[in-house]
Amino acid sequence: MTSPVISVDSVSKRYLLGEQHSSVRDVVDDLGGILRRRRGRRTPPNELWALRDVSLEVDEGEAVGIIGRNGAGKSTLLKVLTRITEPTAGASRTRGRMGALLEVGTGFHTELTGRENVFLNGAIIGMSRREVRRRFDEIVEFAAVEQFIDTPVKRYSSGMYLRLAFAVAAHLDADIMVVDEVLAVGDAEFQRKCLAKMAEVERSGRTILFVSHNIEAVARLCQRVVWLDRGHLVLDGPTNDVVDGYLSSSLESDTGAPIEAEAGAPLIVERFQVRDQDGRVGMVMRRNEPFIIEVDVLLQHEVDLDVSVVVDTVRGGRLLDEAWTDTNAQRKRPPGRYRFTLVVPPVLNAGDYSVGLWIGSSYDTYVWVESAILLHLEGETHGRPERGLQLELRWDVDYEPVTVGQS
Amino acid sequence: MPAPSVAPALGSIASDERWVENRPTAGRRALDVRELWAFRELAWFLASRDVRVRYKQAALGLCWAILQPLAGAAVLTLVFQRFTNVSSGTASYQSFAFCGLAVWTYYSTSLNSVTASLVTNSSLVTKVYFPRLAVPLSALLPGLIDLGVALTVLLVGLLIFGQLPGIAVLTLPLWTVALVVATIGPGLLLATLNVRYRDVHHAFGLLIQLWFFASPVAYPSTVVDGGWRYVYALNPVSTVLDGFRWALLKAPAPGLPAAVSAAVAAVLAWAGLRYFVAAERRFSDII
Repeated sequence: MTSPVISVDSVSKRYLLGEQHSSVRDVVDDLGGILRRRRGRRTPPNELWALRDVSLEVDEGEAVGIIGRNGAGKSTLLKVLTRITEPTAGASRTRGRMGALLEVGTGFHTELTGRENVFLNGAIIGMSRREVRRRFDEIVEFAAVEQFIDTPVKRYSSGMYLRLAFAVAAHLDADIMVVDEVLAVGDAEFQRKCLAKMAEVERSGRTILFVSHNIEAVARLCQRVVWLDRGHLVLDGPTNDVVDGYLSSSLESDTGAPIEAEAGAPLIVERFQVRDQDGRVGMVMRRNEPFIIEVDVLLQHEVDLDVSVVVDTVRGGRLLDEAWTDTNAQRKRPPGRYRFTLVVPPVLNAGDYSVGLWIGSSYDTYVWVESAILLHLEGETHGRPERGLQLELRWDVDYEPVTVGQS
Repeated sequence: MPAPSVAPALGSIASDERWVENRPTAGRRALDVRELWAFRELAWFLASRDVRVRYKQAALGLCWAILQPLAGAAVLTLVFQRFTNVSSGTASYQSFAFCGLAVWTYYSTSLNSVTASLVTNSSLVTKVYFPRLAVPLSALLPGLIDLGVALTVLLVGLLIFGQLPGIAVLTLPLWTVALVVATIGPGLLLATLNVRYRDVHHAFGLLIQLWFFASPVAYPSTVVDGGWRYVYALNPVSTVLDGFRWALLKAPAPGLPAAVSAAVAAVLAWAGLRYFVAAERRFSDII
C-alpha cells in the first residue's frame, strides 16, 4: 500500500511582479509567437520565486500537512499540483482522481437557489450530475439547510452559505483531496464539523494534502508535515518534529513582520513585534509570563491617532481588542516617533494565536492587518486546549456538614 | 485527467491509473479535444447558469427575447423607411429589420459575453482546474435561446401574413452554425486579450457600434455592388445575415462573396483558438 500518488520533482514557480500589464509590444509578441513559433526574450522586470526547487513524494493514504508563513508558497504548490498554474521549471505528477478545495463555494451564484448551486458547484469541482444527485440528500443534511434549499442563496445567512458550500466539497469522492485553508472560515462549531469530516475522509484511506495556519488542526489530522519558507522546502517529516522546528524557528528569524499602511496614510509602521519581559523578541512566548506587544510608528503629520491590537485564536475567535484610547483620552498627536507598548498578562491559554494591528483616526483606517504575527504560547493547557483563557479564577466554597438520608 | 464522470472505486486507486503531469510547456501547445469533451458537462452547467440568472427576477422573462428586436425593428422602420426609404427587397421592411436584429442581437451579446467570460469567471480560473476553453464556449450558448424564440415568432408572423418561406428555410441550422463560428474567432481573440488588458472591455462598445453599421442589419447588403461586394464580405456577419434572410424572407441568396466570408471566419476562428490555447497557461497568473 505504499505506492506514490503524488510526486513533485524540483518544482519552481516564478511570478512577475509589478508591470504585468505590459506594453502593446507584448501583445504583438504573443500574437507573433503563434505565427512564428518564436517568443521575444524580455528581461523580467521584477520576479518572485514562489517555489524554488521543491521536491516531495506522497504515498497513497497519507495525510500530509503543509505549513509556513504567508507567502511561503503553500498555495502555489497546491495550484501547481492541481494544474491550475504551470510550474516555471520541474514537474509535478499525480495519480488518481484529484479533488481540489482551494476555496469553498467556487462558482456559487447568489441569484441561484441552494439546489441549483449544489449541482453547479459539484460540476465545477468535478462531480458528475449523477454523483451529485446520489449524494444530494446527504449534502443538504450536512449543511442543515433543508427548508431553504429552493431559496436563492442571496437570502442565506453567511453561515448557511458556508455550510452549504463546504458540504458539496466534503461529499466529493476523490482519491486525492487537496484542501487549502477552507477551515479558516465559519464559526467554531462549523469548523469542528469540518475537521471531523476531514478526519473521516482521512480514515477512509484517501490521500490528503492539507494547508492551514491552524497548527493544531494540522497536528490532529496529519502524520506528516511539510514546512515551506519563501518558496523553499525547509523540513519534511513526522508532524511533531516539523511543527516543533517551525515554531522554534520563529525565534531566530526576523519577527518584525513588515506592516504596510494604506495608501495615503500619514504614518509608517516601523516595527510590530512581540517580546518577553527580558526583551527577547520572538513568536513563541511562555504561557505563564506576561508578554509585550510593541508598535513603533513614525507619524508624519498631526492626526487623531488611535492604535488597537487584536489577539485571535487560530479558530478565529477574538480574545482581545485593546485600543490605546480605552485608557488615554488625548487623541490628537503631533508628528514624530511613537512606541506603543501593551503588556498582556498571563491570561491566555497555551496554544496558537494570531496578533493583529489596527491604526487609524476617528474617520480613517491607516493600517489593518488582522493576522500579522502568529504567536505560540508554550505551556500547559491542563488537558483543556479548547478554552481561550486560562485565568485560574478564585473559587470560593461554603461548606456545612449535613447528615443526609435521615429525618 | 480522467473524465469527471468516471468515479473510481472509493479509497483505492487502480494501479493502472495514469499519471497526470504538470510541467512547463515547451513550444506550441496543442488543443486537447478529448479533455475538453470530458468537461462538456461543466460547459453545459455554466451556460445553463447564465440562462437561469439572466431571467431571474425579470417579470417578463423570455419575452425580452422578442421585445428587444421588436422595439429595434420599430425604430429602424421609422428611421430607414420613413426618412431614407431603403429598399428591403421582397419582404416588408419590418420583417427584414426584425430578422436582422434577431441575428445581430445574438452576435453582439454573445460576442460581449464571450469577451468578458474569463474575467467574470475569474474565481473559477484561479481556483479550479478545467480546460479554459469551456468558459468562452459556454458563453456562446445562452444567446441561442433568444435567437430561437425570436425566429420562431418571426416564422409565426410570416405564416399569419401568408408570406410562407420557401424550401431555403431548411438551411436555417446551417446559418445558425455559421453565426456561431463567426462569433468564436473574434470572441476568443478578445477574451484572451481581455485577461491581460481590460481596455478591451471599454473598447468593445465602440467596436460593436461600428460593426453594426458595417453589417447589413438596417439596410440590405445589395446597397454594395460590383467588386466591393467581396470587400464587404470580409465581414462574415454580412453573409450570415444574408443567409438568414434568404432562408426566411426569400431575399436573394448569398453569392460568391460568401466564400470570402467563410474563409475569414475560418481563419479568425483558427487564430482565436491558437492564441487562446497559447495564452491559456498563464491565465491564472495574470487574470
